[in-house]
Amino acid sequence: MAEEVSLRDTYGKTLVELGKKNPDIVVLDADLRPSTMTKYFAQEFPERFFDVGIAEQNMIGIASGLAASGKIPFASTFAVFAPGRCFDQIRVSVAQARLNVKIVSTHCGVTVGEDGASHQALEDLALTCSLPGLTVIVPADAIETARVIEAVATHVGPCYVRLPRAKLPNINSDDYRFEIGKAVTMRPGKDATVIAIGVMVAQALEAAAELAKEGIDCRVLNMPTLKPIDETAIVKAAEETGAIVTAEEHQEHGGLGSTVARIIAKHNPVPMEFVAVKDVFGMSGKPNELLERYRLTAKDIVGAVREVIKRKR
Amino acid sequence: MTPSDSNNASSGTSADNVKTEVFASNEDLKSVAIRLRRHIVTMIAKADSGHPGGSLSAVEIATALFWKVLRHKPSDPQWKNRDRFILSKGHAAPLLYSVLAECGYFPMSELSTLRQIDSRLQGHADRTATPGVEMSSGSLGQGLSFAIGVALAGRLNAQNYRVYALLSDGECDEGQVWEAAMAAAQFKVDNLTAIVDNNGLQLSGRNRDIMSLEPLNEKWAAFGWHVTDVDGHDLTQLLDALEKAKKVRGQPAVIIAHTVKGKGVSFMENNVDFHGKAPDAEQLETALKELA
Ligand SMILES: Cc1ncc(C[n+]2csc(CCOP(=O)(O)OP(=O)(O)O)c2C)c(N)n1
Ligand SMILES: [Mg+2]
Repeated sequence: MAEEVSLRDTYGKTLVELGKKNPDIVVLDADLRPSTMTKYFAQEFPERFFDVGIAEQNMIGIASGLAASGKIPFASTFAVFAPGRCFDQIRVSVAQARLNVKIVSTHCGVTVGEDGASHQALEDLALTCSLPGLTVIVPADAIETARVIEAVATHVGPCYVRLPRAKLPNINSDDYRFEIGKAVTMRPGKDATVIAIGVMVAQALEAAAELAKEGIDCRVLNMPTLKPIDETAIVKAAEETGAIVTAEEHQEHGGLGSTVARIIAKHNPVPMEFVAVKDVFGMSGKPNELLERYRLTAKDIVGAVREVIKRKR
Repeated sequence: MTPSDSNNASSGTSADNVKTEVFASNEDLKSVAIRLRRHIVTMIAKADSGHPGGSLSAVEIATALFWKVLRHKPSDPQWKNRDRFILSKGHAAPLLYSVLAECGYFPMSELSTLRQIDSRLQGHADRTATPGVEMSSGSLGQGLSFAIGVALAGRLNAQNYRVYALLSDGECDEGQVWEAAMAAAQFKVDNLTAIVDNNGLQLSGRNRDIMSLEPLNEKWAAFGWHVTDVDGHDLTQLLDALEKAKKVRGQPAVIIAHTVKGKGVSFMENNVDFHGKAPDAEQLETALKELA
């Protein structure tokens, strides 16, 4: 197993690197700097760091004002609070206003663990993907996180980046290049495709290795950009492999699975299975126990691939 | 042109050396105010919808700002040293549009397109649609936070523009306003003046019957702001307070402007029915007679 690295720690350190190069980068937080890891930036550039206190709506508004005046604000808190607490502020003051605000939220999904349902964002992608012009990105490891943060800092336009609390194994190599809107083929294959995001990409690779033992040749796509999504890669996967499984640590409603389903329904309907949270809230527990409870493991992906292959035409 | 492909304020370019002029006028402000009121009732009547009450109550506030206080260039809305005016009470867009047209940001004839499909004059203020509109609003309670961000950027960039945010009183029911109030004091944002259009009415009744704001002055003071109280229809008092606010150091300034909702049109004054209702043809005629 590859070394496990914290994506939020990488986020915090990448911000410092970017801050050294670009004086226009400013960072906002809502009393969570030790958790979101914006604390590194706060230490290095106190005059460019604004802690608004426990006031996420105000944080987004201040970020939009900074963006309108030429700054590149990164605003961070837990995903349940942004977009959760301040959806309307993101909708009007960021997306509708077309302002260059970067919202980077941590502690998404059930892998938050012991803090339980109130702190486990499972609907943030449905919320953010519904907003016109907002770019939505979910990195799958620390290496990708660094590239994503660099990319959103340069990209002009509002972005939402979703990070987990948990450490994850590095599945990309150091020379990994990230491009907004492009899927990454993690493993070629012709019998079925698993399209995964975030925490689930490593699980999908494990599943594909398992399936290979049974002679099932499974393609794995990492889909870091959920919006604008790589339609070409999805349509190609449907055409070439004839079956698709999506895997995400998010509600089945409104996340990766429903987006992929919409695209293949239009272009090339093939059987699909969905590895996702099935319309329930999370609970306290150890991250791995919860992934098992909510059927979000490599084993569940293996089962879903076997099922979807049975239904292939 | 649709709002989405029109002027995006953030992409505007501006050079300091272009021959654009800072807006100046020696006109009698009282006659400006009357013209603005006539535009407001006329455009809302034409659109057959909109918010006359809260547009009329803030006419003198806007007049004082755009004609005497703000440094701005109508021919260069993105001039980088301009003072910023942020309309947080976005439903008063007809007031802002009337002001911008009178100043020359766009042709006066465009006022009659308010709220029509593809118009640059959207129902609520939209920065991506209208030259001179600094921020999109319409969801109450958000403008002060934005204004703080603009003020902080000015400080970081060592620019000496000043930021003005116009809030309404019912809007102060929103928790975000008080989050912003705390933050502005904490960050010692002294290049910001907020003005509260304290007309005493909100959508469905009097503030004090729905959600009392009193004591409003003391609340702002307790949140760390320099507070001034004025008659919001008295231009001399407004100009005086706006000038004094500029000199406050180390804390943000707020002006509580006591106003009358629907001011200037007898049957709209203090009448909650005209919060969000257009006058009919006969009412418009009466209104315009009163606003001669
Ligand atoms: C967040 C939000 N909630 C509700 C509304 C609907 N609304 C529009 S105007 C208004 C009343 C506003 O009253 P006030 O703030 O006092 O404004 P004014 O009297 O100046 O018109 C309401 C409730 C809104 N625009 N935004
Ligand atoms: Mg009011």
